[in-house]
Amino acid sequence: MSRAALLVLADGRFPAGGHAHSGGAEAAVKAGLITGAEGLEAFCRGRLHTTGLVSAALAAAAALGVDPLSLDAAADARTPSVALRVASRKLGRQLMRAARATWPSEELDALAREFPKGAHQPVVLGLAARAAGLGAGDAAYCSAYECVSGPASAVVRLLSLDPFDATGVLARVAGEVDLVVDAAVESAVEAARGGVDVLPAASAPLLEVGAEGHAAWSVRLFAS
Amino acid sequence: MHLGHSHSHDGPSAVSADARRPDGTRRALRVGLGGPVGSGKTATVAALCQVLRAELSLAVVTNDIYTREDAEFLLREAVLPPERITAVETGACPHTAIRDDISANLEAVEDLEEEVGPLDLILVESGGDNLTATFSKGLVDAQIFVIDVAGGDDIPRKGGPGVTTADLLVVNKTDLAPYVGSDLARMAADAKAQRAALPVVFQSLRSEAGVAEVAAWVREQLAAWTV
Amino acid sequence: MTAAGVRATARLGARADGRGGTALPVLESAGPLALRRTRGSGDEARVMLVGAMSGPLGGDRFAVEAEVGEGARLRVGSAAATIALPGQAKGEARYDVRIDVAAGGELRWLPEQLISVKGSDLRVSTRVDLASGARLVFREEQVLGRAGEEPGRLRSRLTVRLDGRALLDQEVACGPGSPGGWDGPAVLGGHRALGQLVVVRPEFVERLPGPKVLGEAAALTPLAGPAVLVSALAPDALRLRRLLDEALAELDS
Repeated sequence: MSRAALLVLADGRFPAGGHAHSGGAEAAVKAGLITGAEGLEAFCRGRLHTTGLVSAALAAAAALGVDPLSLDAAADARTPSVALRVASRKLGRQLMRAARATWPSEELDALAREFPKGAHQPVVLGLAARAAGLGAGDAAYCSAYECVSGPASAVVRLLSLDPFDATGVLARVAGEVDLVVDAAVESAVEAARGGVDVLPAASAPLLEVGAEGHAAWSVRLFAS
Repeated sequence: MHLGHSHSHDGPSAVSADARRPDGTRRALRVGLGGPVGSGKTATVAALCQVLRAELSLAVVTNDIYTREDAEFLLREAVLPPERITAVETGACPHTAIRDDISANLEAVEDLEEEVGPLDLILVESGGDNLTATFSKGLVDAQIFVIDVAGGDDIPRKGGPGVTTADLLVVNKTDLAPYVGSDLARMAADAKAQRAALPVVFQSLRSEAGVAEVAAWVREQLAAWTV
Repeated sequence: MTAAGVRATARLGARADGRGGTALPVLESAGPLALRRTRGSGDEARVMLVGAMSGPLGGDRFAVEAEVGEGARLRVGSAAATIALPGQAKGEARYDVRIDVAAGGELRWLPEQLISVKGSDLRVSTRVDLASGARLVFREEQVLGRAGEEPGRLRSRLTVRLDGRALLDQEVACGPGSPGGWDGPAVLGGHRALGQLVVVRPEFVERLPGPKVLGEAAALTPLAGPAVLVSALAPDALRLRRLLDEALAELDS
């Protein structure tokens, strides 16, 4: 295993479609809930401890070898917004393409066959980490960090926010990313023993509701 | 892993530039159209569809800054039925979606093949961008760069990857040249200097010839592709 | 009031009575959780949950178990809001709800709000198990603090399973001591009332309603199964109830 594989997978330029998604930030900006760095930070914190934790746990469990089909079903149950399920599967499909080209793997091929239109992104991410020789913690870090870095870079584009301020936000939530990753890995280990029901289900009502509104806009910059 | 083992198909291909479908036949030729905002990319796509739809099975992917504007234009012009036009969302970065992270476009292309195919030709239109925006070779097989005379007759001289390397350079709206003081001869000379043997077409979609020369070029590409 | 808190489990079971109505062979009140049968309508039996004392308080363990048999129809409401209060005993209070609905059974679970009062610490766990062919209307509403008051700490997990498979699994965590950002623009955004309405119907297998925006902070969304969820945030309990009532009326029409 190469430690640097983690950097390849976590790189914002890894061609897996993330750049076209704001993680709910576009809807929050339009609703006036994010107007600057402070709002972005509160948004990132909230997202990190809710969908961020859930995604990181799913990714960690997939990296540990937990059955990806039951993880995908667990992701469905934890993503009530159909707009967010669609976005997650779209991103999963895009990540699948990039991951199979980068780290060819039987397990990735099998999941791609099972879900030609895309499995949930965190599940694919976990399997991609596994294919790259990475561990559960690495997968959880990729997932948790992406959950805050995506909105941060989107808000730079949406509000012309000073990019240094946005990067400062990421640095300030980094300690909480560590905590979320620890919790995610712990529950993934439990899930490997006792099934996926023990995985966290933390929800963010505004992200769910906002995603349905956003999907109905006729004009938008981001896909979600 | 507990995935089933009896599957009827192999799923989406992992490699983006594969020139053949899973069944071994040659897939549709993909032609990208890029260029600055307002140079006439969408109008050229619409004109190409009108000319080619009788002889070819074709589809269009748009990459708009704002989700569906270009797709809506094509729908209004009724150049193709709606199921043959797909809009890709680009997160405010159309050049990223056609060059650095082509995954969403590849999916759009694959879905079109699956839903309305087999297709002969897919036109992938970029959102209006700057002179450096080019298509990845993983996404398209050939690309057209569209500029117009009103954007300034020094654009060919300035060069940039689009002007210099596109398989076809289209200088659009030549009918406007007298009104905006653009020197077509100079543009042609500069383009030649930048592009050596690569072809350049000067067109006005308002003239009788319209998009004919570009359509002829597309037919040549297709003939070479399907050999 | 003992330092260990109160433990109480109320149980109710509904069965089709074979004459086109619904019988309630099990109706066990427990301590502060009193169950009363009220006048039903048609083949539907009705039960009211009456809080015989305030609570849950810190350290209390309340539970309600409801079972709806094949072909039975049950509607459950409550006489007043449940109020989570701080107690003398240390530690969180727990409120566990377990619901089982058999094939052809129907449950309408429409209690009043849960109010999380300043200084309280409550963990709610609701698990609904539906057999394939069961029908469900399930509402839960959380109000964060009495008027103008800051909320207590509240964690509430709702799991709905259909035929053994998770259909919905959601946990909200809010109030002081909750993970960061709970009141921020991704989670509650300053709203003080939140609610969920889950509707599961066999006919949704054929035709599932599409997503619908129901105002600034409410939406109906189809789940990955024959069910829809209405998720709503509002400034107060009254406006929240109006949103959920309207959504339910439209689904019932």
